[in-house]
Amino acid sequence: MGIGQTKFGKIPDTSSRELVAEAFKEALSDAGLSRKDISTLIVSSGTHYDKQRSPAGIMAEYLGLNPIPTLHVEAACASSGVGVRVGWSMIQAGLHDVVAVVGFQKMTELDAAEVQDVMSRSGDVMWESPFGTTMPAYYAMYARAHMDRYGTTEEQLALVSVKNHMYGAKNPYAMFQKEITIGDVLSSRIVASPLKLYDCCANADGATCIILAAEKLARKFTDAPVWLAGLGLASSPMSLTNRSEFASFGCSVLAAKQAYKMAKVTARQIDVAEVHDSFTSAEIMNYEDLGFCKRGEGGKFIEEGQSYIGGKMPVNVDGGLLAKGHPVGATGAAHIISITKQLRNEADASQVPNAKLGLAHNIGGIGMYAVCTVLRAS
Amino acid sequence: MGFEKFGWVSFASQTKVSKFVEYLEAGKIYGTKCLECGLIQFPPRAYCLQCLSTNFEWTLLSGDCELITFTKVEAAPTSFKEQAPYLLGLAEFSEGPKVLAWIDLRIPEENLKAGTKLKLKPSRLQNGNLSYLLTSPNLR
Repeated sequence: MGIGQTKFGKIPDTSSRELVAEAFKEALSDAGLSRKDISTLIVSSGTHYDKQRSPAGIMAEYLGLNPIPTLHVEAACASSGVGVRVGWSMIQAGLHDVVAVVGFQKMTELDAAEVQDVMSRSGDVMWESPFGTTMPAYYAMYARAHMDRYGTTEEQLALVSVKNHMYGAKNPYAMFQKEITIGDVLSSRIVASPLKLYDCCANADGATCIILAAEKLARKFTDAPVWLAGLGLASSPMSLTNRSEFASFGCSVLAAKQAYKMAKVTARQIDVAEVHDSFTSAEIMNYEDLGFCKRGEGGKFIEEGQSYIGGKMPVNVDGGLLAKGHPVGATGAAHIISITKQLRNEADASQVPNAKLGLAHNIGGIGMYAVCTVLRAS
Repeated sequence: MGFEKFGWVSFASQTKVSKFVEYLEAGKIYGTKCLECGLIQFPPRAYCLQCLSTNFEWTLLSGDCELITFTKVEAAPTSFKEQAPYLLGLAEFSEGPKVLAWIDLRIPEENLKAGTKLKLKPSRLQNGNLSYLLTSPNLR
């Protein structure tokens, strides 16, 4: 119904509530609604990047939405992807007819090492965080498992970053709007071997807002709503010690299956996808988990350019997290916003011709949650 | 109490399995074995993963393991700055369960690969806390 987002990146002199207000105003205006039309507010973010506890309270107040219901939804990097699912459920249950879902994160008040401190506690704090685990370290271990098993190379990983930065250069909302070369990626400093700086997304500030409406109302407000056609959500063990697979995210496979089934589509029918590329290796694993290519052929998929516009499945043609930046709580909704633009034919320089069906995929934390949303054009 | 002594930084102090730390102090690595379904678990659990039974006994683990995957962390969190760079590895015990731990830095990174035989040994950290380390069976 309505979409809005701030630019992502280091946004100085702006608080999280101000970021949220900007995204919310844009979504209201996009939907042609006013505040009195909103019947509930879902606020999504990761915790501990700022000091505010129970952020739904301050956001509902700052947006002038009291006394409507409000609540906070947290699923680490998948917070707002899950927030959209919660909003959809409320509408389906008949509790509310117009739901605003906002996602936000203000990350740049902490330095990179402090953010690592927060993020390391997205792993098991009893048995893993005491070893100084980090988000890149976990994904590096998955990357190595994929490389070991399928022969995926560091060059193939680098190609993902090259593609996403190429598209990011066309996206005015992206944190990095500059193309890079494979050499830039390969020569960047190691963060957690084999992952290098340009294999990793950047911490960012940003907010997003999506306004969902019941079918009847959506048809009344707009001629061409974009429909949530399929939803999937699944979990995997948080601890690596209780996982059996490291070259794939089991929760992604399940969430995608659920979403495809509900939308009555197959992966092949999807015209454009936004997947969780917090790291280059994750994008390659996602190609396989979401059914864009066979197991083990993710490296070849990017090498052949199949995830560019014109390839078998255009992926992250808005720049992905690698170029856009990754304001944790805002990311899931940002994926859905990019797909919505594609399906409305409003994606400008990165428009996939004739896109009718899109997939937004969002992973939480170190791969313990995955949410998939299939969207359909009117 | 007792669990606050585990790891370079411990984020929890109380657990029903804190006896694990006492065993570690005595130089032994113990897992738990469910007396209902027989599952051997590491890290130890008071509630069985398979059947949620609380009826368990402590079982001594050999420490023999095989590396599954690993990474060298160059960019460390604030609380681990002085430890960096460090090798983090995930390994599987010959008894079945898995462990995530630091790998002995005396093992060159290029000698590590999936399947490398390692030994998990109790260790004492510079801050006096207790931990365990994946090392080579030949290193002391």
